[in-house]
Amino acid sequence: MEGFVIVEIVCSGDPPESEPIIRVHGLTKVFGHDPEKALELHRLGRSKKEVHEETHATIALHNVSFEVMRGETFVLMGLSGSGKSTLLRCINRLIDPTKGEIEIDGEDIISMNHEELRLLRRKKLGMIFQNFALLPQRNILDNVTFGLEIMGISKDERNQRAEQVLEMVGLGGYGNSMPSELSGGMKQRVGLARALTSDPDILLMDEAFSALDPLIRRDMQDELLELQERLGKTIIFVTHDLDEALKLGTRIALMKDGAIVQIGTPEEILTNPENAYVEKFVADVDLTRVLSAKDVMRRPEPVAQCTAGPRVALHLMEEHDISMIFVITRHRILRGFVTLEDTVSAVKEGKNLSDILRTDVATVAPDATITDILSLIVQSNHPLPVVDENGRMHGLVSRASILAALARKGGEA
Amino acid sequence: MMELPKLPIGDVVEIIVDWIEMYFSWLLDAISTGLGVLVSGFEDLLLAIPAPVLIVLISVLVWFVTRHDLKMTILTALGLLLIWDLGLWELSMLTVVLVLISTVIALALSIPIGIAAARSDTLNTILRPFLDFMQTMPSFVYLIPAVIFFGLGSVPGIIATVIFAMPPALRLTTLGIRQVPVELIEVADAFGATPRQKLVKVQLPVALPTIMAGVNQCIMLALSMTVIASMIGAGGLGYQVLVGIQRVDIGMGFEAGLAIVILAIIFDRITQNLVPKYGSK
Ligand SMILES: Nc1ncnc2c1ncn2[C@@H]1O[C@H](COP(=O)(O)OP(=O)(O)OP(=O)(O)O)[C@@H](O)[C@H]1O
Ligand SMILES: [Mg+2]
Repeated sequence: MEGFVIVEIVCSGDPPESEPIIRVHGLTKVFGHDPEKALELHRLGRSKKEVHEETHATIALHNVSFEVMRGETFVLMGLSGSGKSTLLRCINRLIDPTKGEIEIDGEDIISMNHEELRLLRRKKLGMIFQNFALLPQRNILDNVTFGLEIMGISKDERNQRAEQVLEMVGLGGYGNSMPSELSGGMKQRVGLARALTSDPDILLMDEAFSALDPLIRRDMQDELLELQERLGKTIIFVTHDLDEALKLGTRIALMKDGAIVQIGTPEEILTNPENAYVEKFVADVDLTRVLSAKDVMRRPEPVAQCTAGPRVALHLMEEHDISMIFVITRHRILRGFVTLEDTVSAVKEGKNLSDILRTDVATVAPDATITDILSLIVQSNHPLPVVDENGRMHGLVSRASILAALARKGGEA
Repeated sequence: MMELPKLPIGDVVEIIVDWIEMYFSWLLDAISTGLGVLVSGFEDLLLAIPAPVLIVLISVLVWFVTRHDLKMTILTALGLLLIWDLGLWELSMLTVVLVLISTVIALALSIPIGIAAARSDTLNTILRPFLDFMQTMPSFVYLIPAVIFFGLGSVPGIIATVIFAMPPALRLTTLGIRQVPVELIEVADAFGATPRQKLVKVQLPVALPTIMAGVNQCIMLALSMTVIASMIGAGGLGYQVLVGIQRVDIGMGFEAGLAIVILAIIFDRITQNLVPKYGSK
């Protein structure tokens, strides 16, 4: 069988490839007997509630369009009844849409027959459920192999594959346990493993973590981020919880009454809410947990090139009235820093910058949250360099830059 | 005052019965012969095994099925020994044969129909009034059509028993499948299961405890009905009770009744333990 090797894509830091894997256009779903009439009434200006009172039909989705890029985590968020689950279930056609187009990998899935649909679900779409939905009479291993069993893969092969995935989600050795013996967090991992075992391109997660208590929930979110980093799946994640959305989402779509009111990166949603509804939604977010180093850093200036002499460094420090300066290479790789006193004596004694270079420098990663940075920054009497895993310096964060960013964004939101 | 004309229900029934007997006598004969052979063959088989051997075999079966419940195993052995001691062994074996054959036939009919009714609302709606009707009828009413078509003896006894024992198994099969949580159905669908895979891998296994409760009820009803069916000549312990009543022989009736209770307990325990409970391994 081909297609069962998890390809490890290192994509951290890279923006997701901007090729759409899912296209949804004009999607409409009406629950009830006479969808046409309901839509007609709605077109004539009746509200959804009035339409429901008159026809007993619910317009769950109305003219929804968006694209999901390959490798991104696309979060659907909105209040209860806004149509999130309906939208998610239209994508694997657990619910048949009333109108509209859905393409996956360029294939129209609305016109698919049962057989084509089964193939699509087996190969490309995995689903993770809110209440775990493990089969109670099967042990963990047999739960995890369910998808492969449906595909008709041999027992040996599917067990081998499942053991691997169980190991990956941290449940190695639990294969023979029964679902009732596991905690909520473990069950959710089994649900994740079950979806991953079929190695689908797309994971559909409907409030997958909301049945978990807050601590375990945070663990699962971290784990999902880590998995996502390694596997580069496309994820559509439904949640009620803005903090979760901001943490997991590459982009977030905010839904209201069956329509999408705004799509954007967490940053855009927070700093630039498109209307009052979104504003209200994001009003109570704790910015320190949402904004990361790259959002609040300032330009990495001034810095000294390591090829420059101590005189240049001294001049820069005097000009900017600072007592230390970071030293970088031509490719902006951080080498360390030099202090004012050392530089003064180096000038006197005719030494190079490399002779007085200090390399014991605390750095922060671009996606470290402000909460993480704050504790570091209070211990330090100079700005912290923001450095990615390749050693490249992107900017500087200081107490002042954080406060400025918080004031700016807090004021806008 | 005008006299209300009597509706000719009795006449109509007679016509229908005549019609069936005329056109389907070959079928009735075939069923009659087939069941007759089955009963005597099975009975001969059980009686060919010496009673002590069979007692040991059944006790061992109970030991394994109840997952090493020593108390129940000893009770089973003692109960069967008592039946043997009372001289009711052969009659008991006939009762066992009648119960098992009736139950197997009842389940072979009710479980597939129950599954079909779970998947089709139309069928379910059609069946429901019949099932309600069947379950409110006093049990001996089932003897009447059995006697009409099959005369007297074990075969009509089995037919009446099958009809009487079917409804709960059918209902519980349908109920069990319909009660499978929506999310589990979604799991099957989301992973691309065919309707058949969904049934075999998700619906039936999840519904199994409920279906087994139906099997248990079916077998208990079959036991009670074979006793009543002795009124139309089905042999076994029920006949002994009947004779005891007719002769006002309290002791004889009581002994046969005791044997029936012992069989009931053994049947009940075996079927109750056939399905492992989830959670415990
Ligand atoms: N099977 C159904 N039949 C009729 N109406 C339905 C059905 N499923 C959903 N709806 C209606 O469609 C609307 C959208 O429901 P949906 O479940 O998609 O909301 P949601 O955003 O997922 O809400 P929640 O956050 O509570 O899960 C609701 O008004 C709901 O009542
Ligand atoms: Mg929902």
